[in-house]
Amino acid sequence: MAQETLTTPVPTEFKIKKSFMSSTFMRMLKYTAVRLVTIAITITIGIYLTIMIANMGGYVDTIMRNEIRDNTTQSMLANPAFRNLAPEVRAKLIQEKIASQINNLGLNQPFAIRSVRYLKNALTLNLGRSLQMTSDQGSKEVRLILLERLPATLLLTGTSELFLFFSSVFIALSLSRKYGSWLDKMIIVLSPTSASPPWFYGIFFILIFAAVFRILPFGGLVDSPPPENQLDYGLNILKHLILPAMSIVVSAIFLSIYNWRTFFLIYSSEDYVDMAKAKGLLTKDVERRYILRPTLPTIITNFALLVITLWTGFTITETVFLWPGLGITLFRAIGAYDTPVIVGSTIIYAYLLAITVLVLDFVYALVDPRVKVGSGGSK
Amino acid sequence: MKTLKNTFREFLRYPSAIVGMSIITLLLGIAAYALISIPYKEAVRLWRGGEDVWYQNPKYAAPSWYNFFSSKKAPVSFIVNTTDGTLEKVVTPVTDEITTVDVNYSFDYEYDGFPQEMIIYFSPSVTEKFPFAVIKWITPDGREIKIANMAVEFNSTYRFSQDLKLQAKLKTEEIMQALFSDPQAATPTVLKGKYTLVVNGTTFEQGNTLDMQFVLHGTLFGVAGTDKYRRDLLLPLLYGTPIALAFGLLAALGTSFLTMIIAALGTWYGGWVDELIQRITEINLVLPFLAILIMVGTFYSRSIWLMLGVTILLSIFSGSIKTYRSIFMQSKESSYIEAARAYGASNSRIIFSYLIPRMIPLLIPALVSSVPAFVFLEASLAVLGLGDPVLPTWGKVIDDAWADGALYHGLYYWVLEPAVLLMVTGLGFAMLGFALDRIFNPRLRDI
Repeated sequence: MAQETLTTPVPTEFKIKKSFMSSTFMRMLKYTAVRLVTIAITITIGIYLTIMIANMGGYVDTIMRNEIRDNTTQSMLANPAFRNLAPEVRAKLIQEKIASQINNLGLNQPFAIRSVRYLKNALTLNLGRSLQMTSDQGSKEVRLILLERLPATLLLTGTSELFLFFSSVFIALSLSRKYGSWLDKMIIVLSPTSASPPWFYGIFFILIFAAVFRILPFGGLVDSPPPENQLDYGLNILKHLILPAMSIVVSAIFLSIYNWRTFFLIYSSEDYVDMAKAKGLLTKDVERRYILRPTLPTIITNFALLVITLWTGFTITETVFLWPGLGITLFRAIGAYDTPVIVGSTIIYAYLLAITVLVLDFVYALVDPRVKVGSGGSK
Repeated sequence: MKTLKNTFREFLRYPSAIVGMSIITLLLGIAAYALISIPYKEAVRLWRGGEDVWYQNPKYAAPSWYNFFSSKKAPVSFIVNTTDGTLEKVVTPVTDEITTVDVNYSFDYEYDGFPQEMIIYFSPSVTEKFPFAVIKWITPDGREIKIANMAVEFNSTYRFSQDLKLQAKLKTEEIMQALFSDPQAATPTVLKGKYTLVVNGTTFEQGNTLDMQFVLHGTLFGVAGTDKYRRDLLLPLLYGTPIALAFGLLAALGTSFLTMIIAALGTWYGGWVDELIQRITEINLVLPFLAILIMVGTFYSRSIWLMLGVTILLSIFSGSIKTYRSIFMQSKESSYIEAARAYGASNSRIIFSYLIPRMIPLLIPALVSSVPAFVFLEASLAVLGLGDPVLPTWGKVIDDAWADGALYHGLYYWVLEPAVLLMVTGLGFAMLGFALDRIFNPRLRDI
């Protein structure tokens, strides 16, 4: 009996908790749905705009058609097998071949219809085949072309950006503790140097280390011919990596440290930090619990945005260093009017961005108790 | 007035503000000088000109001040001309018809290297009978070398190194070495001292004149050196300044003001206007900025002004619209706006006279700090080969140098000159923006 009376309140409490949870759950669901729909619409419009620009609103078709006509006529006229044919027959043959090629590339449909098909393919990540570019293996699949370049880009952006991020956050944290020191002042003085982009520092580094001292290569991924030994091959790539990675790091590090340091300083001047210090907590604990904890959402946002920029690569830095990554591929694709490759690399970036933005919303709610998902945070 | 004075006093407390300001003033001075001394059309003509414009300059010549830093002195190019008196000619009438024109030009050659080439450009005024010219060369040790005897046609050019007869006579193809080296030395060494070029011309018609120009192509040239196409690099370095400043400042001004006005409109009107602006911002985030600029450059036009327009258009709806929006949200609720609303101020009056002016202190540092990014953007596009096809810009010089493997061939000046200018410009604006940020944002002041 006594036990029963004791257990009876439990279900009601459980019930309350459940209804509270379900309301949170419903709110979250609704919020997620709205968020998903807006992001989907955003991506669709963004990708459609990119498709329109990459096709010059259909003008690229004209270029393509003329190119096909030119190339086919040239190759047919040059082919000795067709030389003995009567001119009318040959002309007809050429026309047929042109028509079939145009048909193959789908150029016989009006652009407005095709653009919608492109959009559908892009959104379903059906990247299709490139118009001209091929991967080193000889494939025309856009997916393969992009995948082949991905490791080189990730190697460069990954090493440099991750190093940049973590070193600047930690240096900034230790600087914010002893601000006013000569090192701190030096960072302030040096921070305007970040006005120059990485490729710009790349030029200077090439000049110093490649042209004058001749200790590091001018550019590329490996020596040619590449070393046969696996270990030597890896070391060789690392040797080529030093200058481009250094350019990216040096061009951004001072401003990055300065920004983080200012950010941490603003947070360390809060009253609760003074209170914690007054309580006599260890510096390490103050840093971790009272400075890093409230700044975590910002740190995470920056990190997430950084991770997705890794994908885009550094077009100009890659061009200057002849680094065979995605950036240089995109640049070459544009030069070759190869719209499937352009759209392909854009769509992947767009998806990564969307996923990151969506995930960030929830991560905020996890790490920052002040933020509640769906309770009109953006208003 | 007093606040302005205080701001200025505050301003002087920051060395970086003073340095930045002086750099910007200097650049503006250079830009004004370039625009006044070289008209736009003339700059384009010179920059696009080929051999016909720049024929007098050596190729790949480093700037003359290289000699200050080097113990081995390289020969500096020079031009002397009879028409402007730098080259003296003695005209002696012999008969009614025959006149002799003698040029005796001595110059000190105190360099350690051989010149690239020597050229004489004749410009005679004749009707039928061509004048005759005898060219001689006297070395410091007194040797007299007969160079050529030639009939001077309408506009004839005599290039020392390309004269096959002279090559045969001196038994070498390296004419410059033969003319300038010490005959006693085992390896080709320059014999320093006074060299003399003698040209004895004779004209055969009454009233004929014979003018000439003597050009020595050294390995150094002028203040800035020359490039592959013999162009004087001083032109793009000077003229690139107004272009870089115009691009950077216009893009920064256009972007920041439009962004702010749009943010203000969105916050003030709210509702669907605000919603639309927010959505456009998000779509813009998905669009690949650099790729679109490259596409526009490749597909449509590489004109710098079109690029500027597209840059502004793509940068308006950037992340900073959200920052401005959140600040406008706060000031929208402040009591002075309430008061304005109460006395019946119009929407545009509130936005443009009350909301936006309060943001100016925030806007100015951001604007100044964003200039370098745009200046470098122009250079970046040029490095990708998408620079303006007609305008001489710094980025274009770097692109040309890069395409020609300048660093690989040791032609450092070609890359360094525009790069240093770019860096100085970027630093100037960045330092000023940095100081302004601290002056206008008191929260940063003590940090």
